[in-house]
Amino acid sequence: MSEKPNLNYLHEISGGDDEFEKKLLEIVKKELPNEINSYKKFLNENNFKQASELVHKIKHKISILGLEKSYQVAIDYEENLKIDNLNLKKEFEEILNSMVCFIKTV
Amino acid sequence: MKTIIIDDEEMARAIIEKLSSNNKKINLKESFSNAIEAIKYLNQNSVDLIFLDIHMPGFTGFDLLQTLKNPPKVILTTSDKNFAIEAFEYDCIVDYLVKPVTQERFNKAVQKAVLFVQNDAAQPKIEEQEEIKELYVNIDRRLVKINFETINLVEAKGDYILIKTESKNYTVHSTMKKIEEKLPDDLFLKVHRSFIINTKKIIDIEDNSVLIGNNVIPVSRSNRPELMKRLNLL
Repeated sequence: MSEKPNLNYLHEISGGDDEFEKKLLEIVKKELPNEINSYKKFLNENNFKQASELVHKIKHKISILGLEKSYQVAIDYEENLKIDNLNLKKEFEEILNSMVCFIKTV
Repeated sequence: MKTIIIDDEEMARAIIEKLSSNNKKINLKESFSNAIEAIKYLNQNSVDLIFLDIHMPGFTGFDLLQTLKNPPKVILTTSDKNFAIEAFEYDCIVDYLVKPVTQERFNKAVQKAVLFVQNDAAQPKIEEQEEIKELYVNIDRRLVKINFETINLVEAKGDYILIKTESKNYTVHSTMKKIEEKLPDDLFLKVHRSFIINTKKIIDIEDNSVLIGNNVIPVSRSNRPELMKRLNLL
């Protein structure tokens, strides 16, 4: 995965409003770990429909962190899960790892 | 434009709020995390524009649109491009923003909404509800239709009321108060404690009485000014 999380989109819409950027990153930091946990829980239970709902939620965060190609992977993975197909699971989880690492640094 | 945001995701709301604050056309009133709260608000407040997320648990954006009788303009915000076709089925939807939304794209959608709102304001409003032109009364366990226009007058008769039309009289178990509420104000006027008349049926007025058909109806002193006001006097 060559793409790296970044704050380009946030900078673009914040127009230099640091408070706003901070607020959004706080939301990501607060919600992402819980969403990943729930996603894994549903996957372990073979509840792919619910897992796809979590991918849907996480998807928006992927886009906020400037990961355009990864966003498409998440879109496709969400659709796969809806039909109980686990294709792209590995790729998606790599994206999650890179996001978790990134938000620890910001 | 008075605007609200409906999105279950806090982050998505924060972003639309930010983009709204950078657009002078938007007067952001409220943000809601679920459709039910938003419906309560919309029942009591008028808004021009809603930024509406489609994918919400329980009650989707489309569900919300179906509950609104006269929805304001709507800009959909979603991560799913797949809903675009369904969106075309709603006249109130002016644009469709796929997340992540940039300021430029946001402004373009708002500009569209402004044009739609202006266009609506320029067009004469079509009466939503068709005017009711008749009354149904219960006579011998039958519901009989009486057209307002055919009614000459209504007279109180104890526990009953007598509805006199051009061709027939109907005695109905009801009160003057109840029928007064059912008759259109522009056509009917209570001229006496016991009489409501169809003002279009007046033949002439003499002192304290009016002639309707062959009935001379008393006009009480307190009701006379209102009656005189209704007349196109030379």
